[in-house]
Amino acid sequence: MTPYLLRRFAYAIFVLWGALTIIFVTIRIVPGDPASMMLGAGATEEDVAALRHRLGLDEPLPVQYVQFLGDAIRLDFGNSLWLNRPVLSSIGERITATARLAVTAMAIALLVSFPLGILAALKKRTFIDGLVSVVSLLGQSVPSFWLGIMLILVFARQLRLLPSAGSDTWKHLVLPSVTLALPLIGVLTRLVRSGLLEVMYEDYIRTARAKGLDPRSVLVRHALRNMLIPVVTVAGLQLGNLLGGTVIVETVFGWPGIGRLLVDAIFNRDYPLVQAAILCITATFITINLIVDISYVYLDPRIRLQ
Amino acid sequence: MMTSTASNTAESAGLETSPPTQGALATGARKRRGHNRELRLFLWSLPIIVFVLAAIVGPMVVEYDPVKVRTGDRLKPPGAILRDGSRAWLGTDQVGRDMLAQVLQGARISLLVGAATVLFAGLIGLVMGTLAGFYGGFLDALLMRLADIQLAFPSILLAIMIAAVLGPSVANVIITLSLTRWVTFGRVARAATLSAKERDYVIAARSMGAGTPRLLRWHIVPSTIAPLIVIATVEVGLVIIAEASLSFLGLGTPPDQPSWGQTVAHGRDYLNRAWWIATMPGLALSIVVLSVGAFGDRLRDYLDPRMRGA
Repeated sequence: MTPYLLRRFAYAIFVLWGALTIIFVTIRIVPGDPASMMLGAGATEEDVAALRHRLGLDEPLPVQYVQFLGDAIRLDFGNSLWLNRPVLSSIGERITATARLAVTAMAIALLVSFPLGILAALKKRTFIDGLVSVVSLLGQSVPSFWLGIMLILVFARQLRLLPSAGSDTWKHLVLPSVTLALPLIGVLTRLVRSGLLEVMYEDYIRTARAKGLDPRSVLVRHALRNMLIPVVTVAGLQLGNLLGGTVIVETVFGWPGIGRLLVDAIFNRDYPLVQAAILCITATFITINLIVDISYVYLDPRIRLQ
Repeated sequence: MMTSTASNTAESAGLETSPPTQGALATGARKRRGHNRELRLFLWSLPIIVFVLAAIVGPMVVEYDPVKVRTGDRLKPPGAILRDGSRAWLGTDQVGRDMLAQVLQGARISLLVGAATVLFAGLIGLVMGTLAGFYGGFLDALLMRLADIQLAFPSILLAIMIAAVLGPSVANVIITLSLTRWVTFGRVARAATLSAKERDYVIAARSMGAGTPRLLRWHIVPSTIAPLIVIATVEVGLVIIAEASLSFLGLGTPPDQPSWGQTVAHGRDYLNRAWWIATMPGLALSIVVLSVGAFGDRLRDYLDPRMRGA
C-alpha cells in the first residue's frame, strides 16, 4: 500500500512540475514583450524597462525559469499589477467562493445522477431509459454559458424567483451551481447506468440472486459497491472540468471566485495574477486526482494487496 | 458545458457496454435491428447536413454586414417587418443587424473551427500516437508523459491561457484548440498502433522485409483510422462548444466575426428587452452539438461489432 501511495505522490509532483513548465513557456512565447503589452500603447520606454526588471524579464530564460520554479515552491507570486497587492491574498479570498460553488454543484450532480442512472439501468430499453438518455445527452450538449443565461432569463427576469448575480445568500448559489452541475449529471448518469448494467451480468450477482437475496440488497450491497470505482474515477476527473467550468459560470453569474478573477486578470494583462490563478486551479485538480487515487485503496482491496 | 470535455470522450468511446444477448436472435429480428441502426444513423445525420449546408450556403443567401447599423430597426422581435419591408425571422440585435444572418455567419465559424481543429488535432495525435506506439521506449514515455501533463489542466483553462497569449482571431482559436485537443487522438492512435503491431499481418509484412515507412503507411496507420474517426465525431462537438465559450469570454473570434458565443455575450446585456439575441445563437449551438453527439454515439454502435446483435 505505501509504495503505491508513494508512487502516486511522486507522479503528482512530476505532473505539477510539468504544468508549471507549460505555464512558464506559454506566457513567454508571447509574440512581443509581455511588459509592454501589460502597460499598453501609451507607456514610455523607461516604464517598460522598469517593469521588465521588476518581473525579472531582463534575465536570461534559464535564470527566469529557476526563479519561477523557486517562487512557485515558496508560493511567492509577487504583486498583482492591476490590484497592486500580493497575488496570493487575492487568490485566497476568491478560492473559498469557487470551492463553495464547485462542491455544491458536485453534490447536486451526484444526488441526481445516481437515482437517474440506477432507474435507467433497471428499466433498460424502456421509455424511461430513453428519457434519461435524452436528459444526459442534453446535459452534455448545452453549453453552460448559454444555459446560465437562459436560467437567468427564466428564473431571474421572468419569474423573479432567484437573483441573477451576487453571492450573499443561498439563493445566489442556486442558479450557478445548477448550471455547473448539468454537464456533470449528463456524464455521471451515463456512467452509473452502464456501470450498473455491466456488473449485473457478473457471476457474483447471479450467485446473490440465486441464493434468494431480495433484489434491493443485491442492488445496494453487491452491484452498487462494485461500480463505485469507475464512477469515483470519472467524478474526480470531471471535478477538473468542473473547476475549468467555474471560469465560465462565474463570469455569467458575477460570482466572486477564482475563475472570474482569472478572466479579469487576462483582460487587465496582469500576468503574475494569470499565472498564479491558472497554477492554483491546476494544482487543485492534481490534488483531487491524487485523492481519487488514494481512495481506490479503500474502495478496492485488490489494489491494497498489490 | 464544454467542461464535460477532456475525459468524457474516453468514457463515451468505450464504457457503454452491450449485455450478452440471451440466446441467439432470430435472423429476421437481427436484420430489423441492423436496419434500425442505419436508420438512426441517417436520422441523426440530417441536422448535421442542415448545419453544414447552412454554414456554406446560408451567408450567400442572407447577407451579413458586420458594420452596418440600422438604428430604426434596433431590437425588433422575431418575425418583425423591418423598415425596408424585409422580414427579420429571428429578430434584430442591438444595432439593427438581422439575427438570422448573424446565426448563419456564426454557423460558418463553428463549422470552420470544428472541422479544422479536429483535422489538425487528429493529425498531430495520429503522428504522435503511432510513433509512440510503434517505437515505444523513450519516445513513447516522453509523449505520453506530455499528454498526462496536458490532461492535468482542466481543458478549457489551457485553452484560455493560450488564447489569451495569442490574441483573438479565428486562426488563433484553431491553433489553440488543436494544441489542447490532440491528446485524446494521440492516446487512441497509440492504443490502436500497439494492438496492430502484434497482428499476424504486420509480423508477416515485417518478415517479408517491409521497412518501417512501408509498415507504418500500409499496415499500421490504416488500422488507427476507424477509432480516430469515432473520436473525431465526439471531439467536433466539444471543439464547437470550446470555440463558443472562448468567444463568449472575448478570447475567441474578433468583433467583426460574429461567433455564436460572441453574439450570446452581446445578448446578455439586452435580456430584458430582447431575449432573442442571446437565445437564438445558443439554441443553434445546442442543436448542432446535440446532433453531433447523438450521431457519434450511433456511429460507434454501428462500427462496433460487439453491438451487433448476438
